Parts: sequence; structure tokens; C-alpha cells
Amino acid sequence: MYAAATESLIKQAREIKEEELQRFCGRIFKQLHTKDVSGDTVDSLQRLNLIVSATKYARELPSDLVMKLQTVLRSSSCPEQLQVLSSSIIRESSPPSVHSLCSDPSHDSRTFSYVASVVLTQVSHILESRLSDGQISRHTLPILSKMITAYPEILTDDQVNLVSRKLVDWLRYASMQQGASMSSGGFFSGPRTRQPAPLTEVDGVVVGNFFTVLCVGQSYTEDQWMNMYTFSMIKTLGFGVCCNVLCCGADDRSEVDSSVMSMVSATSSSSRLLPPKERLREKAFEYCQRLIEQSDRKALKKTDTELQKACIIESVSIMDIICGEDPSYVYRAFPCIKALYGRLNGDLTYARALLPIAQFYLNHSETAAVDSEAVFCQLFSHCPAEQFNEPMLAFEFVQFCLLNASVLQDRVANYRQSFPNLLKFLAWNSSGLIEEFVELLPSLIAPDTAIELLHTILDLPCLAAALDLQQRYMTLQTTDQPMRCCCRSVAACLDAFRQPLYRGLFLYILRPEAGTGDTIDRLKMLHEILADMSESPRVVRCAQVVPVLLQVYFNTVTQKADEKMMNQMLLVLLERNSLLYNIKTFNVEVQKVFSTHLQALCRLHPPLIVDQSREILEFASSPANIYSKEDFYTHVVWVIGEYLSVSYDPRCTVELITSFFESLEAVLFEITQVRQSASPPSFSPRLVTVLMTTLAKLATRSQDLIPRVSLCLSKMRTFARSAPVMACYSEEDTEEIITRAHELINLLKLPNVAQFVLAPSAGGDSPRWHRDTNASLPQGMRAVSGLLHRHSSFLPT
Amino acid sequence: MVVCFLIHTVCPVSALSAGETRVLYARVFGPETGDACDFTPEQRRLMQKERLHVVARQVRSAVALSREASGGSSVEAVLGEEAAALGEADSGVFSLGNAELFPDRSVVLWLGVQSLAFTLVCRPHENLLLAEGTLRNIARHCLEELRLLGPGAEVLLKSDRVDALLHRLLPHGQLLFLNHRFTLALDKEIASYVSK
Repeated sequence: MYAAATESLIKQAREIKEEELQRFCGRIFKQLHTKDVSGDTVDSLQRLNLIVSATKYARELPSDLVMKLQTVLRSSSCPEQLQVLSSSIIRESSPPSVHSLCSDPSHDSRTFSYVASVVLTQVSHILESRLSDGQISRHTLPILSKMITAYPEILTDDQVNLVSRKLVDWLRYASMQQGASMSSGGFFSGPRTRQPAPLTEVDGVVVGNFFTVLCVGQSYTEDQWMNMYTFSMIKTLGFGVCCNVLCCGADDRSEVDSSVMSMVSATSSSSRLLPPKERLREKAFEYCQRLIEQSDRKALKKTDTELQKACIIESVSIMDIICGEDPSYVYRAFPCIKALYGRLNGDLTYARALLPIAQFYLNHSETAAVDSEAVFCQLFSHCPAEQFNEPMLAFEFVQFCLLNASVLQDRVANYRQSFPNLLKFLAWNSSGLIEEFVELLPSLIAPDTAIELLHTILDLPCLAAALDLQQRYMTLQTTDQPMRCCCRSVAACLDAFRQPLYRGLFLYILRPEAGTGDTIDRLKMLHEILADMSESPRVVRCAQVVPVLLQVYFNTVTQKADEKMMNQMLLVLLERNSLLYNIKTFNVEVQKVFSTHLQALCRLHPPLIVDQSREILEFASSPANIYSKEDFYTHVVWVIGEYLSVSYDPRCTVELITSFFESLEAVLFEITQVRQSASPPSFSPRLVTVLMTTLAKLATRSQDLIPRVSLCLSKMRTFARSAPVMACYSEEDTEEIITRAHELINLLKLPNVAQFVLAPSAGGDSPRWHRDTNASLPQGMRAVSGLLHRHSSFLPT
Repeated sequence: MVVCFLIHTVCPVSALSAGETRVLYARVFGPETGDACDFTPEQRRLMQKERLHVVARQVRSAVALSREASGGSSVEAVLGEEAAALGEADSGVFSLGNAELFPDRSVVLWLGVQSLAFTLVCRPHENLLLAEGTLRNIARHCLEELRLLGPGAEVLLKSDRVDALLHRLLPHGQLLFLNHRFTLALDKEIASYVSK
């Protein structure tokens, strides 16, 4: 497809020298002046087009050539190909200011606005005066649409009315007959047989109502083309592009009440009395209603079926906007929308059309006092589970949630309960949807399901694997062809998926709703079954987004969590550390997030240590935890040293401190045993220093422990100087261990100073500590630095 | 409304580093809003080219991820097998979070056909189903009129054909609701343009 020849052509185009280019331009200029347009001219122009668009920097073309190209562009007798090429070349080349009235950058915005309105007046004059010559109108309508999108205030009221009237004509009163037939009709057909045939609907039935984009004919008249163009642009031309319009309908109740009266009178028969903008609204509404009816027909061609779906989506969306502008339409719209929903519900091929319908319900069901629960139940409970693998639907669904997150949180009961279903979209397409989910996740956090959500996020890669298996299983059931497989061992996982023994595990992970339990007991088994899939691309990508989601989760929850939830979260951190799906760097990354948030949690609520002392003690006592999760373990030890104190929690007894001390002391002894046959340490020096410091901190709070810790610390020198350690750690690290041990021993000789340095109370950063001469930091510092000076014999009595 | 249309490579290109892409065709439907007034036209053109490259690179990585996740590679189609190539094509969508690229979180719709991708950047809240259909239609025409399944360089030299077909199928970036008869009429116009 993309060959070396193409690459070299680009290179040539970029590297053409300036003089050569000018010569080439000169040649083209001469060619354009000859009467006939030869293939050579077109060829040259095509090459010039490539040259000017191939570089990032604009090429300067001689102004006489540019003027000539503009002439070509403006002349309607020139073949279209020359116009296309001229337009493209002028757009891409420099200088750009020659051809446009509006591109002088020195114009201030007010001047520009006037200049632009001149251009627009011309456009609307063209529209007005060239009505019969529809060819021009067909091409100016998109321009008008673009201008209104870019500069909504650019049209005057008169121009708006004029445009609205024209649009109504095209939309509602286009011809009902086919255009003049292009085909000759065959040898035997005379003029009589060439009568314009009637238009048909997409299913072949003769059209009985006004013309729309879903009407089919051999050829179309100009106004039928304009009908199609108008509908395609009605959102911008009729209502202006504005996302705010999609938001809630009438807030003002009194407005709604008065509009109940006007509802009766706003029928189509009296619409002639409406001002142009309102009349356009009315006609657009009728058009949408007709399209919705027409979409019920069974189209003969597949492309028409797809168009019907697009028409449904557009029509519902337009009706939504209209109802937002004028709430009296809500009563007319709802029966139509409800019937449509009834028709489409359950048809998987129309799932994407359910989203604008749901948006409509969200915006207007309160106005119309219609119950919308069933719609959202269907939407959140079934749609994601059945179609998580449709990329477009997934994207649109998530965008819908994002756009309406606050409303959904407040008014739709099962939105937050449906997070297991919604996360299926993310599990399947992690890289494509992670940005959206980072924004969406906070809206899914509810007090009673927050912990379950945490577990679900941690098991997101399992979900990805399970969904993959589910898809393969379903493909096998329906066809004989297995899905394209990327790892051979998937077959083993697939077997497990089919076994009744593991049914419960998969049912849990693939559940549609929260509330059945935070997690399952046999999670480890699930991880083992899915072990073979841990390298599949989808699972690996999913694992990469989990740490990001965890950060968002913790940042959101810790702001609002109460004491009970913080306790639960701490337990999850301790428990899930060893219970993660084994994917390459997944464990390490998740651990990092856990460590950060462990610190944050304890800092926010120090009594947690005492609340969960049993679990923390159990965790800290086992050296096995060091080897598998060193980083997290180090943080746990640090947190113990920092917050296990009576100043943070009055329930912190001497016994508690002692039991922690003894456990940590035992761990330190075990890992620093010096034996001839000992293997080099597999943990980092930081762990040793943190353990030493924590033990020292605990000792200052229960001073009977000081002799024990001093003994312990005195052994560190031997440890650090032993052969395996010297071989493993760097010189600076061993020095650090020795120095730290030495400092701590010396510090502990002065228990009060040690207490101050190692475990300041919570008020340690208040100004008192710096200004009060009896208890200030500088004095403490002086004492300590005197102590630590190696050659000092300074020892106060 | 569509902001721009691109044709670019998604295969490794020898002259470029891995992950880079060569933009073979780019059409931006102006006017662009949101640009600061104190850039020269030169600078604005450069910025626009850079933006398009960023989008193309993001599509390249999205295509690679999608193909990796779905596993396996399909058979390469050759000239004459355009319909098969389109049938096998992968497609996807993502939003451009960075507001400096294109305003208001524009949406990128892509269609990957073998070593090339066709990309549409749309404004948010656009009718994506219609955009998808339009993109497929444009891609079909491009594959046929530019003989993209062959080794030639028509995509560079005959890019006026793309301009002409965009002029009809996506006038000034406007998506059209075309039933099969409207499509047929426009196909005829395009065919007559190409044959000249």
C-alpha cells in the first residue's frame, strides 16, 4: 500500500530548490495562458499542489501565478479540476493575504466583524436572489452553517428571519415528484413513458407525506437536494450549536404552567401566524416526527438501514433541543419518544439510539411527569454487559455518563450501583477510555459501595481476562471458528471458564451490579485460573491503567471518608497486597499507590493504627512480607513509628508499644543475622534504617525498652561490615547504616532529647517550638549537634 | 461538523522513527477559532500542521493497540479487492482531551485499512453514527479513486480527487444524510470528475 516510491516523491517535493520552483511556476503560468487546458497543465498543477503542501513551512509562490490561479478559481467556465487545484494551491501557499478580504491580521475584532458581515450579506443576497439557480444555494448553505457555528452573532435579525423562511420552505414544502429522469428509459420508451415516477419510502411503498431524507427516487429535484442539505444542517442553522441547550429543560415552573395553555394552541394549522424562527421550530419538529415513523419501515438496502438509525439519533436529539427551547413541545414529543423506545428496546442493533432517548428522558421527564426508571434500568443493567466490545457504543455511553454525571448521581438510583457494568467498557478498551474514566470515577463512588468499588478496580485486569474468555466462549458457541488467538495457553483458561466448579467465580467477576458483596473468598483461585492470560495484550493494558484509577479513587474518597470507611480501606490495603493478579509490573505499581495512601490515611486519622493494631502487627511481624512487598512493608513500619503514640491516641498503652517493639525487634534480628553461609540481603538498606529508627522511636515512648534497642543497634555495625552485605550494598549505604545506628545509640542516651527529636508531638510545627526559649527547636538542635559530634566529649550530667 | 480529514500511514516508515506517521493528505475545514491573534499566518500554518501530526500519531498508536488486542493479522488485499479491505478494516474513536489541539474536546474517528488510516476529527456531540458512515464512504472512494491498494503514489499526485469528493460528500465539513439514491447520484458526479 504505502511504498518506497511514495516516500521518495515526498522527499523530492520537499527538497526542490527555490530557483527550480520559480522556473516551474513560470512554466505553469505560461501553460495557464494557453487556450486549451492540456493534461500536462493538470499534471503540473498536481505536482505544484504536492510541493506546496509537503512542507511545514509555506512556500512562496510568484504573485503573478497566484493572481492567475485566483482568476481561474473565479471563472465558472473553467473545468472543475482546475478550480479544485487552484483552490488547494492558494490555500497552502504563501502569501495568503492576497486573496481574502478578511485575512488582514491588523483588523481589530470589531472591524473584522463588519468585514465579515459584508461577506455574509453577500451570501444571504445570493441565497435570496439565486433561488432558482439551486446549484449555487446547495453549495452556499454549508458555508452559511459554518459561519453561524464560528460566529453565532453574525446574522442580523432580518437575515435570521430570511434564512428561517427559506429553510421552512425547503424542509417542509419540497416537491413530491421525482426529478427529471437521467436515464433514457430504453429503446422502446417514448416521451409518454418517461413520466416522473412517484417517490417511494425506503421499503418501496409509495410516499404519502412530505419529502424527507428517507424518501427514495431515481433522481432528485433541486429543492429535494436542499431538503436533504437543510436537515443535515438544521442543528446549526436552526438552533445554533450550543451544548448548554442540551441541559435540563424548564426550571421555572410558572413558565411550564403558562405553556400548558399555549400547548393547545400551538398546532400546525395555526403555525402560519408564528414568527419565522418559531415556525422553523414547528416544521423541524414535524420533520423529526415523520423521520421517526419512517424509520420503522424495513429498508431494502443496508445503507438505508444505517441511515434510518442515524436519522433516529438526529431526530431525537433535535426534538430534545426544541423541547429545551420551548417546553410546550414536551407533551407532543413524549408519546412519540415513548413509542420509539418501546420499539427499539431489546434490539441490540439499535443500542446506540437509546442514548439520545435516555438524554431526552433525563432532560424532560420531570417536566412531563413521566417515569423514567425503566429506561435507565435497561440502559445501565443490560447495555454494557451485552455490548462492551462495541467501540463506538462504549465511547458514546461513557460520554453520556460524563456529560450527565451530576444529574445521574442525584436522580437515577441504579447509576452508581452499576459500576461493575460500566467498568467493563474500561476493561475492554483501557487505553481508549481511561481519560474519560478518570473524570467519571468520582461520580461512581457511593458510601455503601465504595469498598466494593476498590476491590473491583484492583481486579480490573481479571475482568478484562474474564470478558475475553466470555467472548471466545460465545464465538465458539455460534460459529465453529475460534477467535484469533494470541496466546496458546488461553485454551486452558477457556476450559476453566466452562467448568461448573468455577462458575460462581466468573459470575461474580462479570456481575452487572454492585451490592452482592465486597469481594469473594476464592479470589486467589480466580487469579490462578487466569494466570495463563496475564500476558495477553488486553490484560496488560488494563493493568497499566489501574494505578491511575486507584489514585483518583483514593484522592476522592479520603476527602469524604468517615472513620469507619478509613478503617475498612486500611484493611483492604493490608489484605489485597498479597492478593493481586500476577501481571508483570502490576504488583509493584499498585504497591506504590498503596504506600502513598497508607501514609495519607494514617496522617489524616492516626488512631487507625490502634484500631487495626492486630492486623498491622500481624503484617509487620512476618518477614515473608518483606520479600514480596518490601516497599509497602517499609511504609507500614514507618507509619508505626510515626503514629503509634499516646499523643495521637490515648488508647495507646505501654503493652501495645512493647508488643510492636518486640515483633519488629525480632524481624530486625532475623534479617540481620550474620552467618558465614548467609546469602546477600535481598532487601534494600532503607528497610534496615527505617526499622532501626522505628525501634528507636518506640523506645523513646516506653523508656524501659531503650537498653534493648541499644543492644540491637550495636549489632548493626557487625551486620553492615559482614562480607555478604559489603558485596551487595554500596559503600555509601553501609556507611549510612553504621552512621545511623551510631547516631541513634547516642541520641537514646538522652531520652528527653531523643523523644523530642524522634517523636515530636503533633504540635511540633507550631511557632511555640521555635520561639519559646525553654522548649525551642534551636536549643534542642544545639544539644543534639553537640552530642553527635564525633570527637566531642560533651555530655551533660 | 467535521474539523478535518486526514489520510496517513500506520505502518513503519523507514525514514521516520517508530511510532511516527507520514501524513499523506490533510484537509482542514476552516475557519479555525481559538487561535490567538498575535500569530502570523506562517506560524498559524505551522501550528496547524503540528496539530495534525499529533492527531495522526495518536491514531497510529490507537490502531496499533486495537490490532494487538484483537490479535492476529489479516491477509493483505490487493487492487480490485477494495470491498474486502474495507470489510476487514478496524475502526475506533477517542476524544482529544487537550483543548489546545482543537477546541472543545473534539472527537477523533478513525478507520484503519492495512497500512493506512483515514481519520475524521469532529466537533463534540456530533452524530457519530452518521460520521462513521460518511468516513467509510469516503474511504471506499479513496481506495478506489486513488488506487491505494496498489503501489502507486496517486494519493500524493491526484489529491485533487480527494478534494473533489470531499466537496461532495462532506461540503465544508458538513455531514450529510444520504440515502442510497443520493449517494448514487454523488457517486456518478465523482466518477465523471475522475474520468476527465
